Amino acid sequence: MAEAEDSNKPLFAGLSDISISEDIPVEGDISVPVGSQNADNDFSTLDEPVKDTILRDLRAVGQKFVHVMYPKKSSALLRDWDLWGPLLLCVTLALMLQGGSADSEEDGRPQFAEVFVIIWFGSVIITLNSKLLGGTISFFQSLCVLGYCILPLTVAMIVCRIVLLGGSGVVSFAVRLIVVTASFSWSTFASTAFLADSQPTNRKALVVYPVFLFYFVIGWMILTFSPSH
Amino acid sequence: MNPSLTKLFLFFLHVCIHRALKSVMANSDFLLQFQEFEDNQDFTQNTQESTTVTIDDPIKSRKQRNAAGTDFEGEEDDPLENSDKTKLLSGERKSAPFWTFEYYQTLFDVDTHQVKSRILGSVVPWPRRNFVEVYLRSNPDLYGPFWICATLVFAIAISGNISSFLRHHGQPKYKYVPDFGKVTMAATAIYSYALLVPLALWGFLTWRNRTIASLVSYSFMQIVCVYGYSLSIYIPAVIVWIIPSEGLRWCSIAVAMCLSGSVLVMTFWPAIREDKPRIIIAILSTIVILHVLLAVGCKACFFSTYETDPSADNNEPLKAGSTLSFTKAN
Repeated sequence: MAEAEDSNKPLFAGLSDISISEDIPVEGDISVPVGSQNADNDFSTLDEPVKDTILRDLRAVGQKFVHVMYPKKSSALLRDWDLWGPLLLCVTLALMLQGGSADSEEDGRPQFAEVFVIIWFGSVIITLNSKLLGGTISFFQSLCVLGYCILPLTVAMIVCRIVLLGGSGVVSFAVRLIVVTASFSWSTFASTAFLADSQPTNRKALVVYPVFLFYFVIGWMILTFSPSH
Repeated sequence: MNPSLTKLFLFFLHVCIHRALKSVMANSDFLLQFQEFEDNQDFTQNTQESTTVTIDDPIKSRKQRNAAGTDFEGEEDDPLENSDKTKLLSGERKSAPFWTFEYYQTLFDVDTHQVKSRILGSVVPWPRRNFVEVYLRSNPDLYGPFWICATLVFAIAISGNISSFLRHHGQPKYKYVPDFGKVTMAATAIYSYALLVPLALWGFLTWRNRTIASLVSYSFMQIVCVYGYSLSIYIPAVIVWIIPSEGLRWCSIAVAMCLSGSVLVMTFWPAIREDKPRIIIAILSTIVILHVLLAVGCKACFFSTYETDPSADNNEPLKAGSTLSFTKAN
């Protein structure tokens, strides 16, 4: 053993100082703590009723919606990210924006897949952009924030559809314009409030501009939505 | 199969494997010697000689110009110069291989004020300032070209929709339909212009550089950067196109093309100055013509200029319009 160590000395020089002699007995005790089974029950969610699981997730999503509507610099959105909310909002928005398939009048409206792809692809590109510029936020946290901040635009879409039920004249256009502008600036402001802290200081504008462009394009799609007669 | 052919094939295979094994053994011996980091840096530096050549010349010529007292930039330049100097002095910048994330992070290594000054520099052509030399200075970025192209795509789509809406506003039979296909068409056209033309130009310049030793040689990223930033003047021009006045549209196209075309020409002039006159003229005219084609093509496709036919009963006037405008232009 010692000879082998000597011949390896130049490469493993430090290890030769540590020698384990066979005289020291290995001591200690191995015990399986039985009492921790009760503590495990708090973390294991396999045994609870399904209603509890669903309600807990819905409550988390709802809490994040409240955070988006009143954006303060809290880190709850970032810490416990989830993608249920963005999925829900994206599907709702795409369903409301899509054009019919066989009707020739609605040829120019975006299809469901187009809206879906724009929202998710756009979020991924913005996240990559902020990471490449040196942001410290993680990939899914950024996707979560961008997805949740679509909430004001979804609310604006619902309002626009209700306004369009009353006719599509100049007045309704003006009302829709105001609503969409307000919600788009709210979205941009909310996502900036959550994302801006994780960016290096002299690049904040570089990160905010793509977010602005993203919500502007979604707002444009909502504003130019024309209903089928 | 022919037995002698199979023997020949097996012989070649054996030789190739033998050679491959030999090189692998050589490399692994080299790696086991615990001097990895310096050796790897030398290895990567050897493959990037083309970029290291360009670092020296712009700085030397800038220092000569500073000494001659014709420094136009003055105060704006000092923070840029300090940050760039420290980056250059700290060693090789792009030492990461191109399949890692860090390589692309070096391509996004710009600050807000740098992006703003690069956009301004690409819009205003200054006779003695070379865009690559003055603004890029061995720090080309991909942020500018990518987001300027994205903004231009959406600006074209949105202004095209607005202008067709305004044009058909009074007609009873017209129902406004936002044409979503414009976005994909515009995106394809603009991104391929911003990527393929620099690729072709870089390939051509590299090929010419073998025969004609030129002081200045640009890397691919620098050419992409120049082209990307030169498209930034088209964004206000496209927004002006919403106003449905033909004279104003052609005027704004002409102004935009002159400004960005002259920036491009002045950027590439030092790289081809020592070449034969016919080749110089050919390259410069190709650059200008492609630039003009992009602008006029976008206008023809997205901003149809036909006279409306009120008795037409079709529901898709946009598609009919673009074909009509092509026939009118011919």
